[in-house]
Amino acid sequence: MALLEVEDLAVTFQRKGTRPVHAVDGVSFTVAEGQVVGLVGESGCGKSVTSLALMGLLAKRGVKVGGRALFEGNDLLTMPNSSLRDMRGSEMAMIFQDPLSSLNPVVPIGLQVTEVLKRHRGMKGEPAQKEAADLLDRVGIPDPRRRLKEYPHQLSGGMRQRALIAMAVACKPRLLIADEPTTALDVTIQAQILELLKELVAQEGTALIMITHDLGVVAGLCDEINVMYAGRVVEAAARRPLFANPTHPYSVGLLGSIPRLDAPKGEKLRPIPGSVRDNIAWVDGCAFAPRCAHRTDECLDGPPALVQTYTGHSYRCVNPFTSDEVEAAAASAPILRAPAIVDPSTETDGER
Amino acid sequence: MSTKTERIDRLAELTARTDEGGHGLWYEAFRRLRRSPLAITGAVIIAIFVLIAILAPWLAPYDPASQLWLSEIRGSEGFIPGPRPENWLGVDGLGRDELSRLIIGSRQSLLVGVVATLLGFTVGAILGGLSGAFLGMFGKPGRWIDSVLMRFNDMALAVPSLLLAISVATILGQGLVTVMIAVGVTQVPVFARLLRGSMLAQSHSDYVLASTALGVRKKRIVLNHILPNSMSPVLVQATLSLATAIIEAAGLSFLGLGGADASNPEWGVMLADSQQYLATNLRLAVYPAVAIIITALGFTLLGEAMREALDPKLRK
Amino acid sequence: MLRYIVRRLLQLIPTLFGLSILLFAWLHSLPGGPEAALLDVRATDAKRAEIRSALGLDEPLLVQYGRFMQRLLRLDLGDSFTTGTPVMEEFGRRFPATVELTIVAMVIAIGAGIPLGYLAARRHGRLFDGLTVTGSLLGICVPIFFLGFILKAIFAVQLGWFPSLGRQTPGIDATRVTDFYVLDGILTQEWDASWDALVHLILPAIALASIPFAIIVRMTRASVLEVLGEDYVRTAEAKGLRENTVRGRHVLRNAMLPVVTSIGLLTGGLLSGAVLTETVFVFGGIGSFLATAISNRDYPVLMGFIMIIAVIYVLINLAVDLSYSVLDPRVRVR
Repeated sequence: MALLEVEDLAVTFQRKGTRPVHAVDGVSFTVAEGQVVGLVGESGCGKSVTSLALMGLLAKRGVKVGGRALFEGNDLLTMPNSSLRDMRGSEMAMIFQDPLSSLNPVVPIGLQVTEVLKRHRGMKGEPAQKEAADLLDRVGIPDPRRRLKEYPHQLSGGMRQRALIAMAVACKPRLLIADEPTTALDVTIQAQILELLKELVAQEGTALIMITHDLGVVAGLCDEINVMYAGRVVEAAARRPLFANPTHPYSVGLLGSIPRLDAPKGEKLRPIPGSVRDNIAWVDGCAFAPRCAHRTDECLDGPPALVQTYTGHSYRCVNPFTSDEVEAAAASAPILRAPAIVDPSTETDGER
Repeated sequence: MSTKTERIDRLAELTARTDEGGHGLWYEAFRRLRRSPLAITGAVIIAIFVLIAILAPWLAPYDPASQLWLSEIRGSEGFIPGPRPENWLGVDGLGRDELSRLIIGSRQSLLVGVVATLLGFTVGAILGGLSGAFLGMFGKPGRWIDSVLMRFNDMALAVPSLLLAISVATILGQGLVTVMIAVGVTQVPVFARLLRGSMLAQSHSDYVLASTALGVRKKRIVLNHILPNSMSPVLVQATLSLATAIIEAAGLSFLGLGGADASNPEWGVMLADSQQYLATNLRLAVYPAVAIIITALGFTLLGEAMREALDPKLRK
Repeated sequence: MLRYIVRRLLQLIPTLFGLSILLFAWLHSLPGGPEAALLDVRATDAKRAEIRSALGLDEPLLVQYGRFMQRLLRLDLGDSFTTGTPVMEEFGRRFPATVELTIVAMVIAIGAGIPLGYLAARRHGRLFDGLTVTGSLLGICVPIFFLGFILKAIFAVQLGWFPSLGRQTPGIDATRVTDFYVLDGILTQEWDASWDALVHLILPAIALASIPFAIIVRMTRASVLEVLGEDYVRTAEAKGLRENTVRGRHVLRNAMLPVVTSIGLLTGGLLSGAVLTETVFVFGGIGSFLATAISNRDYPVLMGFIMIIAVIYVLINLAVDLSYSVLDPRVRVR
């Protein structure tokens, strides 16, 4: 049995006087023990909302949640609040995007770590202090004992995120959710944080859901990748197959839009035309249709069904890119030469 | 091209983003205000109040100064007639019709509120405006001007407002004008601080930086750009100040510093005068008090609604 | 840190200095001239001339100011017209009453205001919240002396639950130690005297507390609302911490910062509100004495009392400012 099985998760925001917003519109994926799963997509595609729904961190009012999310067989979405609260921080943990605003500015770092230890592992006093210092050390913060007494504004961005990671892994959770953990950080720090996550995950066998809009992050880290668009998963595959054979036009577009240092001079960038607001509702057809280079009449007949291939690659498209087309596109744009991006023999994947 | 594809293209156009930008802060704020129950209630109350004040002489059934029913009171050992057909709100301690006094009194109260706020606003805005402009745009010498001006301001702020009003009123002597000036003076530091802060914040904005870089003269930047953009919190405060002015004026009257004019009733004075009848005729205090409370509430509701509507943090 | 305190204390000096100038200017703007502060209204011209030369009012302003400052620094604020006693003494005699009143009012305002504001924020958008907001706006709009009237009329006169005036029931046997009646009762273990004093405090304290209460409710609500939307509260929830912990350590610790600072400002309102409230309840503190001084044109008392209150207000605000750096670590250092 998988660690986490998400089935048809749906989150609708309904505020007085406005149309309901289907932020998450039928998302399904699984996470196995120790697996790293990516949720990729542009801002507004519902990936963050998905994770917040799983953790039970969405507001109660004006929010409707549907579907099932089975964590070791227990549905997170219907669990009583107290049980969910017990699980948060101990079985499942989450780290967020902006490390400065995610830390309480008036409480010392040490206390913010020990409070998790106290809550879930019952640790107090000196043992808790020692454990907290050890945790900070493990995530790579120098001089941890001193840091315990310092306040968030006294730490640098990278160190704050490390501290948050320490708080998240303090109780050895089975599942860690990272919502754009590196977006707010410098590029050099980004790489360090990702390395840290990789290490921790490997050492403890923690499963990780990595949420990001950055395909590069995903390429280096994830076993399975789910590409989301407008609240649904439009393509899901293991890492190599996705980069080697992107099928959904959106994925193709995403990969094609990555600028590369070795692109010929004067070559134009290829963004996906339009924006996330140019969607239509899934009930009317494929939400991506207005922006899709590959669209046909069929695309407006109704929501495209999920197609599963025997390789475990699945996609939601009636007119997907064939591998020939991908080859052809790769020929004209060096970017899609997938093997160059994903190289299993090197530590740091690709050139970033 | 099939009809389906045409449909898609049209759909794409339809779902294309409509440009929401381009509307000013005021326009959006006004739209938000229109929907806010707080704002509407406040505005209605204010409208009624102003209407009554303007139409007062025609609305009041009797002359507020004439003690028509004095004989009734003298005769019956302190019994003062209450609400009855010929006096809807009854009669006051000196035999005058309470309703007429209340209606005519609205004029004075409105006058006090408006004049005091205008005074505070004008002087405060000049003080604060100069401060803010110099501090933000003129570097070192500007800072010096700001310190000097703000010193005065802090001095005024050091004394709690009612006491400040009392001090001013003592110099000027009793009367309605005194009350107006005294209350006005207490409002000056508030406006000064507010406008100064607002202008200071504006002068750090990107558009000011851009204008300066383009070589626009400082005076122009201040007058044409910073000043108009700093006005919104000041206007909110002006509305709220009107409420405070009416209440503080009542307080001053209570202490005996208000204009005790028989022919020109004023709510605060009416309230102060009603003290002597508290044990027997509480309603003589209730009527002017309720008038004051509702009017002040009207301005406060509108002012608070304005503050929320103009808050940039709440803009979508 | 110490340097910061010293620096702030030094900043006090120009403010106090400025206040003294203001006072001096005020003195000289009085109807009847500064000698009116020491003269009765009925004084003869000869007496007036005498006082004028005694005060050195014919001398240049600067010299006069010098003497004025001298007197101020000696804490000599002159004598009251009406009682003849030194102003300072009158103030000292009545100060404890007002302090007791102010403290009780503050306790009521904070004790009721903060929880209410917090609850309103938690129930944002619902009826409770709307009622609380409207109620607090109403609280600001009701003149406190009128509230005093009503409280007196209903709870003292009609229902008889509380006394309607004074600090203590006349005739009760109470020993005076500090002149803080409630405290005295506790110190001398005369519990009934203490209780009696407390009961006398309740109605005026409620009237006085109305405005700070309303302001505290609004500020707390606004502050809590803002904090609830902050990321670190989400982090605290994500850690699975208990509700009490999240509320206490994460929400309130941050939400209270702006509220605490405004408490300093609110005391100013309390001090001036005391003038009105004490008059209604004939409370015998500096407020009621000040009110009678107004009607008696007792200028020395007016000037002296207002000056002292202003100084106290400035000091309180300084204390609150300094305490802010203890509460918010981001402000510390440097």
